[in-house]
Amino acid sequence: MIEPTTIMPDPSTKKVPASGPSTLSVHAGEARVKPGFSITDPIFAASTFTFPNTQAIVDFLEQEEPREEYGRYGNPGERVVEEKLAALDSGEASVLFASGMAAFVGLLMAHVDAGDEIVFFDECYHRSREFCRRHLSRFGVGFRQVRTCDYDAMEAAITPKTKFIISESPTNPHLSVVDVARFAEIGRRNGVLTLIDATLCTPYNVKPLEAGVDFVLHSATKYLGGHNDLLAGAVTGSAELLDPVRNLRGIMGGVNSPHNAYLLERGLKTLALRMERHNANGQAVAEFLAGHSKVERVLYPGLPDHPFHAIAKQTMRGFGGLVTFFLRDADWQQTAAVIDAVQIPRIGPSLGGVESLIEQPMVMSYWNYTPEERAEFRIPDNMIRMACGIEDAEDLIADLSAAFEVAE
Amino acid sequence: MQFRTRAIHIGQEADPSSGAVVPPIHLASTFVLPAAEGPADYDYARTGSPTRHAFEAVMASLDGGARAVAFASGMAATHCVTMLLKPGDHLVTGTDIYGGSWRLFNDVLSQRGISVSAVDTTDVAAVQHAIRAETKMLWIEPTGNPLLSVTDIAGCAEIAKAAGVLLVADNTLATPVLCRPLEMGADIVMHSATKFIGGHSDLLGGVLVARDPEVGRKLHWMQNATGAVMGPLESFLCCRGVKTLELRVHAQSATAMRLASWLQKQQSVKRVYYPGLEDDPGSATAKKQYHGGYGAMVSFEVDADVNGAQRFVESTKLFQLAVSLGAVESLIELPAVMSHGAYAPEARRAVGITDGLIRLSVGLEGAEDLEHDLSQAMTKISAS
Ligand SMILES: Cc1ncc(COP(=O)(O)O)c(C=O)c1O
Ligand SMILES: Cc1ncc(COP(=O)(O)O)c(C=O)c1O
Repeated sequence: MIEPTTIMPDPSTKKVPASGPSTLSVHAGEARVKPGFSITDPIFAASTFTFPNTQAIVDFLEQEEPREEYGRYGNPGERVVEEKLAALDSGEASVLFASGMAAFVGLLMAHVDAGDEIVFFDECYHRSREFCRRHLSRFGVGFRQVRTCDYDAMEAAITPKTKFIISESPTNPHLSVVDVARFAEIGRRNGVLTLIDATLCTPYNVKPLEAGVDFVLHSATKYLGGHNDLLAGAVTGSAELLDPVRNLRGIMGGVNSPHNAYLLERGLKTLALRMERHNANGQAVAEFLAGHSKVERVLYPGLPDHPFHAIAKQTMRGFGGLVTFFLRDADWQQTAAVIDAVQIPRIGPSLGGVESLIEQPMVMSYWNYTPEERAEFRIPDNMIRMACGIEDAEDLIADLSAAFEVAE
Repeated sequence: MQFRTRAIHIGQEADPSSGAVVPPIHLASTFVLPAAEGPADYDYARTGSPTRHAFEAVMASLDGGARAVAFASGMAATHCVTMLLKPGDHLVTGTDIYGGSWRLFNDVLSQRGISVSAVDTTDVAAVQHAIRAETKMLWIEPTGNPLLSVTDIAGCAEIAKAAGVLLVADNTLATPVLCRPLEMGADIVMHSATKFIGGHSDLLGGVLVARDPEVGRKLHWMQNATGAVMGPLESFLCCRGVKTLELRVHAQSATAMRLASWLQKQQSVKRVYYPGLEDDPGSATAKKQYHGGYGAMVSFEVDADVNGAQRFVESTKLFQLAVSLGAVESLIELPAVMSHGAYAPEARRAVGITDGLIRLSVGLEGAEDLEHDLSQAMTKISAS
């Protein structure tokens, strides 16, 4: 008979003796010696974890000895991903969820009470705002929003009831870049919690926690997973503020799965490498578009004429793969014709994966809104959002260039 | 389309039934047929399955071949190639090749009445000299292992073509990113997909790519008859790995180049083996046949006995002590004790594997972080 391997990961070996972003992507959160001496973390496809005897249960309950109990409360593979995410964002802890929305909901449900108010910058992900406006309101939580990056308006909107101020950075699809240090300072000065949804920048480009923000949220579905093949979300911050979030997750149940968590861990290993390429492709495609006669305007924080270029340059390592642009003198059908003519980017929502995606926000996300509402959201008919993958920039540019001709 | 764009898109067409941007993983062992007789895309998964085909399609494109066939491991792929040989045939191979391939050739094929000669394939004249009337296959590793010797693929192709011999290149170490042997006249390329292709140390796999469709058909026939196919989950992970292959191999090669140059300047290092170094014996051939880098493997000899070398490999904090290679995490090993420990010491030394030889597989970590790691381990060589 083969003896079962009894080797347990030694938490003391999780400290990575280095700090480069790619080194952390590969190693952070992982024990140097893993169960079974495997070079990679095993997938614990277990719904529950057994105890050798009753005394072991009592020891676990009394001393809170760190170990697993039931899959909804935690899984060893999930913990590795959480520790990797925490290290990448310079946070103490991270809590993984089934999706970005589950993470957002999980965080707010743990920290807001009836009577509290939340203030948003208005370009935040519309489902996040919808959750607060339509659903948290049912539990007596107030909702306000102010123009993105209007810090004075944000400060003015804060009342003694305000619990949270929330923004995304960069925003989607307008790519407004928040001065996260200033945002954090407003929170500190007013004694309110601050949350930055950093999905579009990733810890490779910005670490909002280092600027003093309380929580960072990621839809790990995007760049962190990076291969368009999983859904996941995470909140990162201090252990103290995340303890209630973790506890409530165990009750609400929006956990990720062991298989998914492994794919996320695998994806994170190439995060720095992929981001470097997403940044380079985004910049190259934006510059190409900016010089094209069929393009009226390009929104990309890496372009000098972007309204937030100065703060972006000062605070970001790179500007990501998302590029938003507007076709010159095009109605919605003419815009759609360009989308339909591209050969490499697939047509679809989402972003951050190795394969490029392209979409027309007016059709993809705002089809059921009135023209007036679209104007209010600043979503004109000729707007195109391209999420550059990691293909060769020359191929993406040649493809767009040909699509402009075909769509004539 | 350029290499990387193909790596991301070939075989990954959006799923027609759902629009899923990543094709579904088909775990099915069997497929329901439209009729008892007549054509069907798939019938039984050993013969072919959609997820394995997706991986085979992208590999055929990346290597510039007519057809790719994916296997359960690199050795399963290698074994399938050798099944093309018959009793009485002769195989010529190199001396600086993967030990497992040598074991298959020398211990298994020889029992089937196939004779094997090992020559220094970096010497094209020696290869020519080894070819006999019964020679049917020339097996080379363009970048050898562990000494990273460089074999001239085009030179060998000329000899093979003239002699009517199949040229097979185990291109595991160079990958199609740096070198595509089929374009230089090789007939079949073999990759241990366990290494760079999968790239994350989390699967075993192998793949053959044939230049000629008829050779491809024969290999597939043999695979179907013998059965060592790649499974659907591995095929999916390989497709996922291939999407970042070029980025990884370029980054790992650049770091390896930097570490090799740095190692050359270290007092306790006697010799560095890396084809990217100007003074490496393989440099000229490497420049001719590799593009975009010289690979992620670096071997070097420390000025120490086996105990000193052992202290070195046991003292690194980022490099992990393990065999295998090609993945995101850096590995270190001591060939005299680990990968080639079964050889007699004299035989080992005769091919250049000294007690102080250390082999690195450079991963994706930051170059400075890895350099610091080697630097601190260097101070542990002496016992006190
Ligand atoms: C910025 C941002 N935040 C949050 C989300 C929600 O994440 P998920 O789709 O993983 O629930 C998304 C994507 O849909 C997003 O783009
Ligand atoms: C150069 C080379 N060829 C072939 C193999 C065999 O591949 P596998 O281990 O996938 O069977 C290996 C690895 O072990 C190798 O390094």
